[in-house]
Amino acid sequence: MSRIFVHGTGAISPAGWGVAALREALEKNVPLPGQAMARPGWEKPLSIRPVPPPSPRPAFFAHARLRRAGAMAQHTVAAALEALGGDAERVQAGELRLGVIVCMMAGGVAYSRRFYEEVLRDPATASPLIFPETVFNAPASHLGAYLNSPTINYTLVGDQGTFLQGLALAADWLDDGRADGCVVVGAEEMDWIVADAIRLFQRDTIFAAGAGAVYLKKNPEAAIELASITDSFTFTKKKVRLDAAQKMELQLPTGGAGELLCASESKKFSQVNLPGQRLEPKSILGEAFVASAAWQCVAACDALFQKKFTAANVSVIGANQQAIGARFQRTEIL
Amino acid sequence: MLFLSSKKSGSANRVVITGAGIVTALGAGWKLNAEGFRAGRTAIRPVTLFDVSRQRTKIAAEIDLPEILPRTHLSEKNLRRISRAGRMLLLAAHEAWTQSGWQPEENLPVVLGTTSGEMQLGQDYLEQAICSPHRSKKQATRVAYYQVQRQGLDLCDAFGFQGPITIIANACASGSNAIGHAFEMLRHGRAEKVLAGGYDALCHLTFAGFDSLQALAPTPCRPFDEERNGLTLGEGAAMLTLETLASAEKRGAEILGEIIGYGATTDTHHLTQPHPEGNAALAAMDAACASAKISPAKIAYVNAHGTATPQNDATEAVAINRWAGEGAKNLAVSSTKASIGHLLGAAGAAEAVVCLMALRGQWLPPEISLGKIDPVCRFQVVREPTDKKIETALSNSFGFGGANASLIFRRWA
Repeated sequence: MSRIFVHGTGAISPAGWGVAALREALEKNVPLPGQAMARPGWEKPLSIRPVPPPSPRPAFFAHARLRRAGAMAQHTVAAALEALGGDAERVQAGELRLGVIVCMMAGGVAYSRRFYEEVLRDPATASPLIFPETVFNAPASHLGAYLNSPTINYTLVGDQGTFLQGLALAADWLDDGRADGCVVVGAEEMDWIVADAIRLFQRDTIFAAGAGAVYLKKNPEAAIELASITDSFTFTKKKVRLDAAQKMELQLPTGGAGELLCASESKKFSQVNLPGQRLEPKSILGEAFVASAAWQCVAACDALFQKKFTAANVSVIGANQQAIGARFQRTEIL
Repeated sequence: MLFLSSKKSGSANRVVITGAGIVTALGAGWKLNAEGFRAGRTAIRPVTLFDVSRQRTKIAAEIDLPEILPRTHLSEKNLRRISRAGRMLLLAAHEAWTQSGWQPEENLPVVLGTTSGEMQLGQDYLEQAICSPHRSKKQATRVAYYQVQRQGLDLCDAFGFQGPITIIANACASGSNAIGHAFEMLRHGRAEKVLAGGYDALCHLTFAGFDSLQALAPTPCRPFDEERNGLTLGEGAAMLTLETLASAEKRGAEILGEIIGYGATTDTHHLTQPHPEGNAALAAMDAACASAKISPAKIAYVNAHGTATPQNDATEAVAINRWAGEGAKNLAVSSTKASIGHLLGAAGAAEAVVCLMALRGQWLPPEISLGKIDPVCRFQVVREPTDKKIETALSNSFGFGGANASLIFRRWA
C-alpha cells in the first residue's frame, strides 16, 4: 500500500466559510448560538445552526451548473476548492486526474421535500427543475462538472462514519492508480424536516449543516500523512454499539499525551477512552451527520498543519451504522 | 484495517460469482427471470401502487411481491417494519446467499447501490409531518428504516454476518458501481468475499420526477427504436455473491461466471443529459476493456443501458459504434429494460444477472416490442429469441449526474 498524504482541507460550517473560521470557533471552545427555524404547523420553532451567507459571494456561484443548485452543492464545491487549492486549476486544465468522493447521510432532503410537496399538491405541475437536484449524487456531479473532471466520481451514503470510509476508498483509488489526487467531501444541508427528525431521537441536539473536505495525494510527500483507518465496525440490532466502539478503539494506536483525539461524542457519553487532548467539534458546531465527521478530520489535520500536535486520532461513533477511526500524523516524526 | 500505509498491496485476483439473486416484474428468482428474458417477455402494466391519474404516464413494471419473506435470522417484528425496497433486497440476497453456500462470518463486506432506498417511508414521514393535528406515532420508525444503511444492516442481521457496509448512490449507475467496487476490492486483495448488488422500489416521488422531466413513455418503452418515446420505470433488486477464485475453489463452490473488467467515468456535460458524442460512455467501455485486458472485438454481447429516451439511446449508440469500430456490425446489443423497465439503482445489478444468464444459457435476450431500429445503430439489436455461443458480455449503466459504468463478464466453462 502506498503512503497517502493530506494536501489540503476545506470547511464550510456554522462558524463560517473556510478552515480558519472553523479553527477560530473550535479554539474559542464556546458553542455557537442556535437560530430559530420555523416548522410548519408548530408555533415553537426548531433550533438550528446554519451556515452563514458567504462574504464576498464566491465567483463559482455564477457557474451554469451551480446557479440553480442547492446549498449542499455550493458548500460541497466551496469546501473542495479550498482543499484543492492550486490543484483545482490543474484538474480543470486536464493535467491532474481527480477522483471525487462525496459522502452524506440525509443528502438533498430540502429539494426532495420541496418536490414531494409539489407532487402532493398536483403531480402534473411538479417542477422538473427541482427533481434532478433531489438525487443523491447531484452535488458530486456539480463538483465534477465545475472542475471538468471526467475521472471516477462516487457518492457514498451512510451514517457519520461514511466520511472515513470515503477516505479509505480514496486511498485505494490512489494506490490503484485510478486517480492522481482524490478529494473527499462530507456534506449535509439544512431543512426543517431533518431537524424535526433528529428531535425524535435526540431532543437536545441542534442540527447544523455545511461541508468539510480533505484532499489526498500519493505524491509528493506533504506535512501530514494519513496513517491508518480502522475497520468499519457495524452495529445492528444484534451487534451493540459499545462493542463496535471498543473494537474500533483497539485498532487505533493509543498515542500519547502530546496527541490530539478528535471525537464525535462528548466525553460524558463517550465509549472511546483514548489518551490525548480531546476536541469535540460537535459540541460547538452542532450535529451535521457526515459533515460533522468531515469537520473532525479537517480540525485534526489543521491542528497538525499548525504544528500543535505530532499526531491526531479521529474517532467516529455514528448514529446507526458504524464505529470507525482514523489516524493522521506529521511526516517529520517518521 | 480499511487503510494502513504499511499494509502490503494484494496481488491481482480473479473474481468469480458463486451466487445470484434477482427480483423483477418478471418474477422472483433466477428461473422465472431467465425464462422471461430469454423469450423477451414484457412485464410492464398499469401502475397500482399510487395514484397516477394526474401523470402523463400510467404504466410501470411493478412487482407482485410475495406475502411471505424467506426465513432468516430477522425477527417477525423487524420483518414487519421492512418496506417494499428492503423486501426486494432481502429476497434477492437470500437467493444469492443460499446458492453460494456462504456461512455467517465476522468480516463480510456488503456493497449496495440504490437511488432512493426506502423513499416510500420518507414520503409517509413528510405526509404525516405536515398534517394537523401533529402526531409523532411511527415517525421514529420511519426515519430509522428510511435510511439506506438500515437495509444493509438488515442484511447483516438476516444472514448473521458483520459488515462493513458501503452504499453507492450514483443514480442509475449505482448497481454497476456497487458490483464494480466489489470486484476491485476482491481483485486487489482487500477482501475474499463481498455481497454486492442493487435495489430500488417504485415510489410516487420518483415516478412524478421522471414524469415532470417528460422522460416517461406513455406506452411500454422500446429501446433503440427509431420512434422510441421515453423510458418505463421498473423496480427490483439483484444481488451477487462475489469471491476470489481461490476462495471459491477452496470451498468447492459452483461458479456461475467471472467478472473481468470494470470502468467508471464521469460525463460533465449536463446533470440529466449525456454528451451527444458519448465521450464518457465510450471512456467507461474503454476503461472496462483495459481493466479486463481485452479488446472490444472480444465482446460478443452488450447489455445496453438503453433507457429508450431519445437522447440516451442516440448517445449510447454513437458510443458503442465508436467503441466497437468495424466490429460493430457483428456485435449483438439489446436493452432488457424493454422487459422490466428501468430499475434505477438496481438496473446495473439486474442487468449483470441477465448477462450471467445469457452466458450460462448461451442465448441473447431480445427486445420483442422493437419496431424500426434507429439507423444510428450500426450494431445488431437483438429482436428475436436467439441462441448464440458467447464468451464475454459487457453491461452499460449511465446515470443522472453523468455517472457512467461498464462491467465485463466472462462465461465460466
